[in-house]
Amino acid sequence: MTGIGKVGSRTGKIDHQTVVAANGLLDRRVLLGRAAAAAGILGTGVGLSTTTAGAEPVTEAPWGLAPGNPVPPYQLPSKFAKNVVRTLANPNFEPRTSQSRTPHHLLDGTITPNGLHFTIVHGGVPDIDPEVHRLAIHGLVKRPLIFSLETLLRYPMTSRVAFVECGGNSAPLFSPQAIEADVQALHGLVSCAEWTGVKLSTLLDETGIDPKATWFMAEGADPPHLSRSVPLGKALDDAIVALYQNGEPLMPGNGFPMRLLLPGYEGNMNVKYLRRIKLLDRPEMSFYESKVYTAPLPSGKAYRFYFVNEVKSFITNPSPRRPLQEPGLYEISGIAYSGKGRISKVMVSADGGLSWAEAALQQPVLSMAFTRFRMPWRWSGGTAVLQSRAWDEDGNAQPTRAQFVAARGELPSVPSVLGFANHHFNAVVSWAVDAKGEVRHVYA
Amino acid sequence: MYMRSLLLFWGLTTLAVGNALAEGPNLGKPIDPADIAAWNIDIEPDGAGLPAGSGTSAQGSSTFSAKCALCHGEGGRGGVFLGQGAPAAPALVDDKKIVGIDEATVTIANYWPYATTLFDYIRRAMPWTEPRSLSNDEVYALTAYILAQNKLIDAEATINAQTLPKVQMPNRNGFITRFPERTPLQ
Repeated sequence: MTGIGKVGSRTGKIDHQTVVAANGLLDRRVLLGRAAAAAGILGTGVGLSTTTAGAEPVTEAPWGLAPGNPVPPYQLPSKFAKNVVRTLANPNFEPRTSQSRTPHHLLDGTITPNGLHFTIVHGGVPDIDPEVHRLAIHGLVKRPLIFSLETLLRYPMTSRVAFVECGGNSAPLFSPQAIEADVQALHGLVSCAEWTGVKLSTLLDETGIDPKATWFMAEGADPPHLSRSVPLGKALDDAIVALYQNGEPLMPGNGFPMRLLLPGYEGNMNVKYLRRIKLLDRPEMSFYESKVYTAPLPSGKAYRFYFVNEVKSFITNPSPRRPLQEPGLYEISGIAYSGKGRISKVMVSADGGLSWAEAALQQPVLSMAFTRFRMPWRWSGGTAVLQSRAWDEDGNAQPTRAQFVAARGELPSVPSVLGFANHHFNAVVSWAVDAKGEVRHVYA
Repeated sequence: MYMRSLLLFWGLTTLAVGNALAEGPNLGKPIDPADIAAWNIDIEPDGAGLPAGSGTSAQGSSTFSAKCALCHGEGGRGGVFLGQGAPAAPALVDDKKIVGIDEATVTIANYWPYATTLFDYIRRAMPWTEPRSLSNDEVYALTAYILAQNKLIDAEATINAQTLPKVQMPNRNGFITRFPERTPLQ
């Protein structure tokens, strides 16, 4: 870490020992009351209160003067939170793929509410009757078997928190120029939930496995009957036939009544509406693995079997459409995750990557799940460029933009923010803060 | 090789345990492979899974006009807007070159490694408004039409379970396995 001590002292209020990187980044313990007290920094001007004008006298509000509303069987958010919704890429349901994106700039914590989990469907959301739906397992097995939802519900269940990320999330950032877009538009195709279901290995115990099997094909009951090939090792490692999402039955847009969950692997492989698993001795080479979820490279070749969503992070607050109000203490907060394990460290910069400080990680830090990072920051009212960079326990560092572009290239021109001109973007992203507190995406 | 031997070991172990019907609830119903036939629609690159039947480009042309052109354009040239947003479907016939890393410029002709993928995807997903409605002969004929329009086969060629896997796609060797340590040998 550079810049410890002297930088940021222009505010004239901060104990120099709490400033850990340039442009006002403070020790991550500042926001933890116990550590702050221990560090003796209370009363030095880093408290959240920055205004000295007195508050207005309080009065009773109308909602406390009459009975409220009846309790509904399934509750929905307050009408005052009606802006906390997904954005739709195909709102008129034209005959093409539909995407909806999670509003990360309006959420906090690590679990995506079910109504806000991102959804991509290629032929509309199917309306599947769970009593009719079946899951068949066949191919290179000893005994082909077919399961109903009712029977699967009698199996031993396992729960785990896992992010699911579309291989095309953040694809606009292959652009050669920064894009006027917010977190939701740029990073909204990743979400994180607690998934509960039956281990696929449990079901394969019952079918038996032909020793020739090395892959399996998973197929949905949706209109395109979406299919993907998965190495058999993933089935034996941690694949789940998921039935519950954050404790309730899967949402229709997320695979009701059952989906494949492959922790850390690109979203499209986590086949929704799962109806068939066929063990194979080679991949199917379906449309989605032959063409869609590949990655053309500057060399003229293209990556395929790009299974893993690699270590990544982005700042959700402040961010475009989450501007700053006035100079003072803020918490920089964001999301980090890796398809290769736990997040081990997140560093934050407020000067475009010249100096860095380590962010606090919200516990518990789970493997292949969202990790919330937090960083106290004294905004002086001047310009700043905010970045986050994550590392995982497998030793992988999130690439800087320069490193990423050197390996993966850039597009020749600015693409549509709704397009997917390449896949698996995981580089560091920069938010520029101007003197008004407005935030926009920049390359730095 | 490590993964393969690991899988071999696991598979043998499982078979041994499977014979004893290990500790699971064992609620899966045995099903005869013939009874899965209606769902058993995946096609592998060597042609495994291809059904009986055949078709030619000439036969596919009329089906394409009737059932595909609404979204993919006449002759499969794409660019059809059926609303305010993006084109309904991509071009299927295109002679453009790949520009840099831009996936918007990859096409069946310049990118897809296997012709079997066409049959597999058309049969499972198309037409968008009525998937699984095409006969196997219609799927063969549409496959032949798209391949012929892209000059990947002779205009007169018959496409069937024997000829389709033999179609040489120009970019078959254009790919690099991203995670070889996680990807079984093929």
